[in-house]
Amino acid sequence: MLFDIEVNGKTIKARREDTLLMALERNGIKVPTLCHIKDLLPSGACRMCVVEVEGRQGLIPACSHPVEEWMKVRTHSPRVIKARKTNTELLLSNHPDDCLYCERNGNCELQKLAEDLNVRERRFYGKKNKYKTDPSSASLLRDPAKCILCGRCIRVCEEIQKITALEFIGRGNKTQVGPAFNKGMNLSSCINCGQCVMVCPTGALAEKQYPALLQDALHNPEVKTVIQCSPTLSVTLAEEFGLRAGKDIEGVMYAALRKLGFDYVFDTSFGADLMITEQATEFYSRLKFGKLLPMFSSCCPAWIKYAEQTHPDLLENVSACKSPQQMLGALVSNHFAPLAGMSADDIYSVSAMPCIAKKFESQREQMTHKGITDVDLVLTTRELARLIRLNGIDIEQVEPELSDQPYQSRSTAGKMLAVSGGLTEAMIRTLHFLITGKETTQLKIQELRSGKGRKEYFVKIGEYKLGFAVVNGIGNVEPLISEIQKGRTDIHYIEVMACEGGCVGGGGQPIHPEKNNIKARAKSIYELDEKESNRFAHQNASLQSVYNSFLKEPGSELSLMHLYTTYEEREVMK
Amino acid sequence: MQASLDEIISRYKAGSRESLLPLLQDIQIEFGYLNEEAILRVGQHIKLPSSKVYGIATFYDQFRFVQKGKFHIKVCRGTSCHMHGSLSILREVERVLNLKEGQTSRDGRFSLEAVSCMGACGSAPVMNVNGEFKTAIAIQDIAQIINFYRSTI
Ligand code: SF4
Ligand code: SF4
Ligand code: FES
Ligand code: FES
Repeated sequence: MLFDIEVNGKTIKARREDTLLMALERNGIKVPTLCHIKDLLPSGACRMCVVEVEGRQGLIPACSHPVEEWMKVRTHSPRVIKARKTNTELLLSNHPDDCLYCERNGNCELQKLAEDLNVRERRFYGKKNKYKTDPSSASLLRDPAKCILCGRCIRVCEEIQKITALEFIGRGNKTQVGPAFNKGMNLSSCINCGQCVMVCPTGALAEKQYPALLQDALHNPEVKTVIQCSPTLSVTLAEEFGLRAGKDIEGVMYAALRKLGFDYVFDTSFGADLMITEQATEFYSRLKFGKLLPMFSSCCPAWIKYAEQTHPDLLENVSACKSPQQMLGALVSNHFAPLAGMSADDIYSVSAMPCIAKKFESQREQMTHKGITDVDLVLTTRELARLIRLNGIDIEQVEPELSDQPYQSRSTAGKMLAVSGGLTEAMIRTLHFLITGKETTQLKIQELRSGKGRKEYFVKIGEYKLGFAVVNGIGNVEPLISEIQKGRTDIHYIEVMACEGGCVGGGGQPIHPEKNNIKARAKSIYELDEKESNRFAHQNASLQSVYNSFLKEPGSELSLMHLYTTYEEREVMK
Repeated sequence: MQASLDEIISRYKAGSRESLLPLLQDIQIEFGYLNEEAILRVGQHIKLPSSKVYGIATFYDQFRFVQKGKFHIKVCRGTSCHMHGSLSILREVERVLNLKEGQTSRDGRFSLEAVSCMGACGSAPVMNVNGEFKTAIAIQDIAQIINFYRSTI
C-alpha cells in the first residue's frame, strides 16, 4: 500500500511497512546512519539518522521509526544537521586521530561523517582511551581504541552468524566491545569469518597483516616466491580499482602479480579441481560402504573451526580433504619444488584469498609437515589490491598473462567454489563420472544457484538416490544439523560456507559500506561456466598429468600423505 | 567449591534466561565475586553465550570479577565526595597500595573499589574498609590508615 508523505517540501510515496529510513532511501534521499544494518531490526542506538518531523518535539531516528501517512519530514534542517554534527564531534572527542596511519584511511565511515558534516575543529576534548590492540587471533586484529561502539559487529556476529563472540562490556564511558572476559579473540568462539570486519565503520576490526614478512621474501634473492589466487579473486579485484563489479580480470591479475615480483603465479582453481576430484572419490567410497554419512565439506576453515568447537561428535563426518589452498600449497612444496630443482625451504608460499579464516587455516598445526608449512602467508583481496597500488601498477595498462605450469589449466567447476552451491555442482559432475563412467549432461542446477541461505537438491546418479544440502552463512547450519541429529537420512552431502553467498561474500573482500557486489561476482562465475569448454574438475589436463606423473590416483598413498588432514576438538569460551 | 556452584545453579531452571541476574547475584553472595568458571557455567545452564553473560554482568556495578582481598577498601566517588576531592583520595590509595581500582593485590591482602554515593555525604570524603567508615579523610591520612591494616596481618 502506497501513500504520500512530505519530505523537505516535496511529496513522495511511502509504503505501509516501511521505516522512515527505507522510504527516504527508496526516494533517493540520503540520511547518514551508523548503528543501522540493512535487513536487521533497527537498534536506534546511535541517533545519527535523526530527522525532524512536524508536530514532534524531539528529533526522530529515521532507521527505527515507522513511516506514517502525511508525515512532514525535514531531513537536512539546520537543527538536524547540528544534532548530527555534535554527535559526530562527540564520537571524535576520544578517537585516536591517527587516520594517516590507519587501515581504513580513505574508507572510514567516521571520517566520511566528519567530512560530510563539515567538522573542521575540535570542540570537545574527551580523554583518549588507552585500550591495547588484541593480536591474539591468527585472522583478526582488534583495535578497541578505534571503536565507536556502533555495535554492528556484535549484531552481525550474533544475529546473522549466530556465533556471538563479541558483546558490549561494561558501561558508560568505559564501555568496550570484546569477547567474553575481554580476553584474546583466540580463546573466544570466534570462527574467523570476518563478517564483523565487513561492517566495522572504522579500523577497530581488520584482518591480521604481516606486510614486512612479504616484503622481505619478495626482496630476498635467495627466496623463490610463489603466489596462488583464489577462484574468487579474478572476479573481485577489479572493484578495488574502480572497474565494474564482477569484471573478470584473471590474466591481468597474474601479470600484475609477476610485476610485484612473484616468481611463480598459480591459480587456486587448480587446487579446487584437485580437491573436488579427491573429495568426490572420498564421498563415493563412503557411499559404497554406507559409512559416515552425511559427509560435510571441508574447504571453509571457519566452518571447520565451528565444527571443532560446537560439534566434535560430527568431525568424523567432515571430509578429510584439505582445502584447495592447502592442497595446492602442499603440492607446491612436495611436487613443484623438486620438479623445479628447488628445496621447499627456499620457497615462500603466499595465497590471495577473499577470506580471513584462511589465515587461521594456514597456521593450523596440521598444515605443517616436518617444519614446512603448506602456505606461509595469506593475503586478503584488500591486502593484495593495496600491494598492487603500493607498487604503482596501473591495472588498466597491464597485458593479460597465463598462470604458471605445471598447474596452468583449470575447469570452471573449480572456479565455482567461489559461490555457494558451486562446490556441490562441481562435486555432482565428478561424482556422476565416478559412479556411471559417463559425463552428466545436466550441468546447470538451478536449485543450487538461488540466493537462499539453505538449498537442497535431490538426484539419482546410477544406483544411488542422493540428497545434497548447501548452507551459506554459518548461522544457517544449526537447524540443518539438528534435523540430521533428529534422524533425517535423505541428505548425503552437505556443503557449508560460513559467509553469506559463499566466498564471493567473504570477510577479506572489498569493503563498500553502501554497495553490495556479491551478486555481480557470482554472476560472473556462472558466466564463465557457460562460456568455457572444460566444466569438469576431473578433466583438467594439468591435473591429469599431475596424477599420471606424481599422485597416481585419487586417494592414493601420496594423496593421503599430502592432501588430507585431521581435525581436533577445540575448547573455546562459548 | 565446585559442588556449591553446582548447587546454586541447580536452583534455577535450565534454559531460562530470566534467571541470569538472580543467578549471578546468588553466586556473588556465596563467593564474593564471579569467576570465569561461574560465568561459563551460568551461560551453559541458561543457554546464553558467555560473551553475553559477561557483557551483561559488567553492565552492573554490583558484580565483581576478582576475588576481594582480606581488606576490601571502597572509596566513594559520589557527587558530594567528588566535590571534596575524592579523586585525589582514590589516586592516593592507589599509589599507597600500588593497585588500580577494581584490582586485588597479588598477596590477596587488599582490594580496591570505587563506588557511588555511600550515604555519608555529610562527612565527605569517605572511604570504607571491610564495612568500617573513615570519614572526612585527608590525603595525608591515607598512608597511615592503610599501614594500620597492613600491620594487623
Ligand atoms: S570473525 Fe566472524 S565469528 Fe569472529 S567475531 Fe567476527 S563475525 Fe564473529
Ligand atoms: S565462506 Fe569462504 S570466505 Fe567465508 S570463511 Fe569460508 S572459506 Fe572463508
Ligand atoms: S542509524 Fe538510526 S539510530 Fe543509529
Ligand atoms: S557522595 Fe560520597 S557518601 Fe555520598
